[in-house]
Amino acid sequence: MRERRSTMLGAGMAMGLLLAACGGTASQATPSPSARPSGTLTVLAAASLTEAFTQIGNQLQARNPGLKVRFSFAGSPTLVTQIQQGAPADVFASADQANMEKVVSGGFNATTPRIFAHNRLEIAVHAGNPKHIRSVYDLTNPGIRVDECAPAVPCGSYATTVFKKAGITVTPVSQEQDVKSVLTKVALGEADAGIVYVSDVKSAGSSVAGVEIPDSLNVVASYPIVELKSAPNPVAARVFIEAVLNSSGQQALERYGFTPVR
Amino acid sequence: MVRPPTQPFSPVLLVLAGLGALFFVLPLAGLAVQMPWRSTLQILADPGVRTALELSLVASLASTALACLLGVPLAWVLARLRFPGRELLRGVAILPMVLPPVVGGVALLLAFGRRGLVGGPVATATGFGLPFTTPGVIVAETFVAMPFLVITVEAGLRSMDVRFEEAARTLGASRWTVLRRVTLPVIRPSLVAGAVLAWSRALGEFGATITFAGNFPGTTQTVPLAIYIDLDSGRLPVAVVLSLLMIVVSLAVMVALRGRYLGDG
Repeated sequence: MRERRSTMLGAGMAMGLLLAACGGTASQATPSPSARPSGTLTVLAAASLTEAFTQIGNQLQARNPGLKVRFSFAGSPTLVTQIQQGAPADVFASADQANMEKVVSGGFNATTPRIFAHNRLEIAVHAGNPKHIRSVYDLTNPGIRVDECAPAVPCGSYATTVFKKAGITVTPVSQEQDVKSVLTKVALGEADAGIVYVSDVKSAGSSVAGVEIPDSLNVVASYPIVELKSAPNPVAARVFIEAVLNSSGQQALERYGFTPVR
Repeated sequence: MVRPPTQPFSPVLLVLAGLGALFFVLPLAGLAVQMPWRSTLQILADPGVRTALELSLVASLASTALACLLGVPLAWVLARLRFPGRELLRGVAILPMVLPPVVGGVALLLAFGRRGLVGGPVATATGFGLPFTTPGVIVAETFVAMPFLVITVEAGLRSMDVRFEEAARTLGASRWTVLRRVTLPVIRPSLVAGAVLAWSRALGEFGATITFAGNFPGTTQTVPLAIYIDLDSGRLPVAVVLSLLMIVVSLAVMVALRGRYLGDG
């Protein structure tokens, strides 16, 4: 099993090298601070980062005409599976430490993960809050259909923590593969309430409203980011991570409801 | 199976055919080498896995029944009646065969969801909505599976000799009796093939189900959904065992039916 996994990793790395070699546009392996990022950058990021990272990516592309930033947004465990199976990606941003730990323990990281933002949970309800949900305690009401993330997805494990802190048992109607699916079900009115991030409610628009969860019951979600070992474009990977951590990246994250780290 | 000596023989053709076959065989081999044979029974006995298997069995059989109930009359209309728009109706009825299942899920949501075209008024009046329920799974599976039944049964109806039905009518049998005693027995092979094909399609349904019905163990999490979740949750062995099980069932169906679903049975 262990051998097989390392073979797979080898194959993934080989594929990455091959892509780097074929691409021609990817920069050399030893980047200097002045190196201009070019070619294609592939970023695997937690679904909750969709809006903020898209903005950061657009800014980066505007500053570097030769650079094309591609995103794959999904639930963090889905992205971890892709990394473990050798997906040729440059950067991984997780919505929790547990999923990042899987990447690090598998030796798929090139750098030490850095926390770049924090987030909190919120109850998403349909616009106008037709079911009059005021707190997490209302979610135990049998007439309320609650949607949440699957247990392996960060928003799902955070939700479990919140319910545990509140001392309540909530039976969800579904367990989604990423937080945006929860939001969709609330926006469509299929679910009466969904456990999502503050940032999701903020970027959802007018079809969804948020019901706050007090600090005493809430969690602090920490988002780590890392350059991957098999990165076909390490120069661009480093530039992107810097862009997320610098003041304009942090502003973009704050604008979409995240708590910046600086 | 014996090649006539006059058959033109091209090594290039054989090599390409071999590559084509490998293309299908290698993914199966990839699963087979990861198969945790020793813990297979243990995995299949796991309560979570059992729940998914039971739900899949119940939902796929129910959707096959629903597909027969609605699909046989629809096939009959398509095969026997002449009316404007028949070709369009047939196209719509078999569209889910080529439609991405997730599109089917979105369409079902917007039609039968709690704010959908039909589902909205129903939910307002009764409080019942299909998403997140086992009936929702059955609806999603029927949507993708019924075309297989319709197309197979229609082919059967078209190829049968209508003189049997005419003779029965002449002898005084009612329309209902003709259908029950003549038509259905004659097209039985097509009906069975169509039902089995629809059942195996329902059993494997993923996209429409997760989009329309959601994913919750015991209510809407069928085997394909469980495979997807297990893969993401670091339970690769469970995903592999369930995948191989699906392959064995599907392969048995394909081999048992041989070419019958193509209408030559």
